[in-house]
Amino acid sequence: MSDRVPVLKIGDILLVSIQVDLEDQMVLDLQDDLSQQIVATGARGVVIDISALEIVDSFVGRMLATTAAISRVLGAETVVVGMRPAVAMTLVELGLSLGGVRTALNLELGLGYLRRAQDTPPARR
Amino acid sequence: MKEYPADEASREEVEIRSSGDVVKARQAVRVLAQQAGLSLVNQTKLVTAASELGRNTLIYGGGGTARAVIVRDVARVGVWVSFSDTGPGIPDIEQALTDGWTSGSGMGLGLSGARRLVDEFELDSAPGAGTTVTVLKWAR
Ligand SMILES: Nc1ncnc2c1ncn2[C@@H]1O[C@H](COP(=O)(O)OP(=O)(O)OP(=O)(O)O)[C@@H](O)[C@H]1O
Ligand SMILES: [Mg+2]
Repeated sequence: MSDRVPVLKIGDILLVSIQVDLEDQMVLDLQDDLSQQIVATGARGVVIDISALEIVDSFVGRMLATTAAISRVLGAETVVVGMRPAVAMTLVELGLSLGGVRTALNLELGLGYLRRAQDTPPARR
Repeated sequence: MKEYPADEASREEVEIRSSGDVVKARQAVRVLAQQAGLSLVNQTKLVTAASELGRNTLIYGGGGTARAVIVRDVARVGVWVSFSDTGPGIPDIEQALTDGWTSGSGMGLGLSGARRLVDEFELDSAPGAGTTVTVLKWAR
């Protein structure tokens, strides 16, 4: 019941890899944990790996969008990586476009994106 | 919704009393969807619809029952899923099925989105009489 999704810190990036079928409370806890960890660690980037997730419904979709928005306000960029093709097709049909959420095909591309984003001075972005 | 012959041995029932039960219900639906031979995309669509409907049963219906069974038509196999509760019911069904309409803090995508994700959809509800949503997805 009170399981939490682990948040790992690697340099100035927080990495979350969701490996279980999430109950709604775990989704909310993760959103809280991430917000607090961004502030506590001064992280500049967040990667959320959902490659193990078999579905993303409106509840998880909303958490991803909210987390991306919160982290942006706190000075960190969020990238969601590894969405399965079937999940992407379902999300769009459900009516969730996840506009405002940066996505990448896999972890490597997601990390690459964050690195480039950090190398670019904000003024030139 | 038309009634189709059910594969009784496959019948599943999950009481929805907590968000953990919603997880159990969608896992049961996933197993039947695999057994019925739904494609991966159609499995994902049906399980996602079940997740939306199960959450509504819990949050708005105050809990209820999920039922699922494999059904057969002349030349096709599918999965039938229903969520029933004895909660307050839905006063305006058309409004509830509108994209973006929510009485709470959701995005109002659950019902309308679930309807798009399945092949057959039926919503029975009346104020004070509870709500039953029934969906069906065919393998093809
Ligand atoms: N089982 C139910 N009993 C009573 N009312 C319901 C039930 N299911 C849905 N509703 C009503 O229909 C509205 C629309 O439901 P829908 O699932 O589309 O959106 P939501 O749950 O509000 O938000 P979302 O699912 O996007 O998080 C709900 O806000 C609620 O008022
Ligand atoms: Mg809903």
